[in-house]
Amino acid sequence: MDILISGLLLGGTYALMAMGLNLQYGVARIMNLANGEMLVLGGLAAFWLFTTAAVSPLLTAFVVAPLAFAGNWLIYRYLLLPLVRRAKSTGQLEVDSILATFGMSFALVGIMVSIHGEYFTYSYLADPFSILGSTVALNRFIAFLAAAAIGFALYYWLNHTYAGTAVRAVSVSTEAAGLVGINVDKVSAMAFALGGAVTAVGGTLISTFITLDASVGVIFTMKALIIMIMGGVGDIRGAVIAALILGLVETAVATIIDPGLTLASAYVIFLAVLLFRPQGLFGRRSS
Amino acid sequence: MTSAETGKLALGAVCVLAAASAPFFSDGYWLSIATTAMMYIALSTSWALFSGPTHLIALSTGAFFGIGGYLVGSGMSDYDQGFWTMALIAPLVATVLALLIGLATLRLKGVYFVIFTLGLSEMIRNLVSWVQNNFLGSRGLYVLTDFTEAHIYWMLLTVAAVVFFSGWWVNRSRLGFALRIIGNDEEVARHVGINTAWSKVILFMTTGFFAALVGAIVAPRYSYIEPNVVFSPQLSFLVVIMALLGGVHRLWGPLLGVIPFTLIWEAITISFPASTTLFLGLTFLLIVYLIPNGFVGAFETVTGRIRK
Repeated sequence: MDILISGLLLGGTYALMAMGLNLQYGVARIMNLANGEMLVLGGLAAFWLFTTAAVSPLLTAFVVAPLAFAGNWLIYRYLLLPLVRRAKSTGQLEVDSILATFGMSFALVGIMVSIHGEYFTYSYLADPFSILGSTVALNRFIAFLAAAAIGFALYYWLNHTYAGTAVRAVSVSTEAAGLVGINVDKVSAMAFALGGAVTAVGGTLISTFITLDASVGVIFTMKALIIMIMGGVGDIRGAVIAALILGLVETAVATIIDPGLTLASAYVIFLAVLLFRPQGLFGRRSS
Repeated sequence: MTSAETGKLALGAVCVLAAASAPFFSDGYWLSIATTAMMYIALSTSWALFSGPTHLIALSTGAFFGIGGYLVGSGMSDYDQGFWTMALIAPLVATVLALLIGLATLRLKGVYFVIFTLGLSEMIRNLVSWVQNNFLGSRGLYVLTDFTEAHIYWMLLTVAAVVFFSGWWVNRSRLGFALRIIGNDEEVARHVGINTAWSKVILFMTTGFFAALVGAIVAPRYSYIEPNVVFSPQLSFLVVIMALLGGVHRLWGPLLGVIPFTLIWEAITISFPASTTLFLGLTFLLIVYLIPNGFVGAFETVTGRIRK
């Protein structure tokens, strides 16, 4: 039961970063391997504001979101859009965006190491909290609630608003979206920026209960990618369920076998997905 | 074999002989740099054999290299095996692993393969540490041999020469031709009857084989093997960056990237150890935005313009 609860709580926050990546890859078609660094940046902001000015990470999230949005918009507009324009095929764009975001990810790690080279240790709401008969840290629960709220807001926005519909249209086909009068570049930039903002806020939330450090981003990128593939690219619902599964499995492996094996367990899931359902949990097999 | 090809082979042989004489002229610091460069030449060139034509960024070098080093360490320390036995077994293990990874991922979209290899060395490192801590006892693994730096250099040179020769051979074989078609358009390749998955898997296996072999040969340099040292994710990126910097569409391209990069990297690790990651990132960006086809590509564009 303990495993179930904390696994689901962890999965909730994973869902947030996977949603961010999903927007970036599904809509803007950028395989963003610097996604984990964006998450760590969100965590670094929370750590920094908490230790220097005792600002609650929940408030920090409101600062992080617009900053990350603006930063990611600029990255898309000035670094990635030229690659989109230059690419002759989707394959080439994939290679270019992978390499470019690798570059950004290393550059960000380098910058973060120079800002704070140690662990981002701080303690916020680490009080015990009882839920359904098992005890978890309050910060995990709060982070989960916040993640769920953001997730629902995003889901609603995508499915029930005009702008959200445009975003989904671009994710289906950039060409067709352009034909019905959607400004594909603008929508892509917005989706990329929004994805970055969601991921960074996820990082702010995660940092309340997982100690991050400057170079841990790639592990989160990896997990977000696994979740995205398991849930199916562009499928928010699938991503949430996949994130919960990953959270559960990781927590189970960490508690029962060894905390050092969480990445290995994520890989086992990844392998199973690739072998049996490469189109994602709810995806339909393409011809 | 045409006379032009014989000429190329002869030129290659002269280069190898010239490189082989290096330990007689230099020792200590410069020999150690030459050995490191030779290691990266073998790794980057074999990486480019697969990733060049297919455009699939394999980040598995660190994992295979680690398997090579770790198996040599564990075989010699725990099971009293000789260096040569282990240096033979390790690449075979890596080849089988590459086969399995290839079969699982290379049939699908390319990006899945890249993602799978991204965390691979970290994952294997976790697994190996776990097994070592829980079942084997956490003892260090020692690789004690009589090899000097010059011996390791010559061994790496031999591997590099073999890599070059196999690259040359693959390029003129049906397999190399098939791979180039796959890289240009996989759909077309499938329609003309190429077994795309297998062609990629076979080349990926050779990459795994050579990376593990290099890892095994370099193991005596470390003397003391720890999973945290040999399974380095950074190595995978260094190999990618050096190959791309030189240019992967020519067999000798990576060579031109390795030599300057190794020297700069060495200088930066000594003078600014805290900035290596930042430097790595900036080099990636430099390649993508300014020299997408590497030094060779840039050079060919310039000479192309002059000829017009």
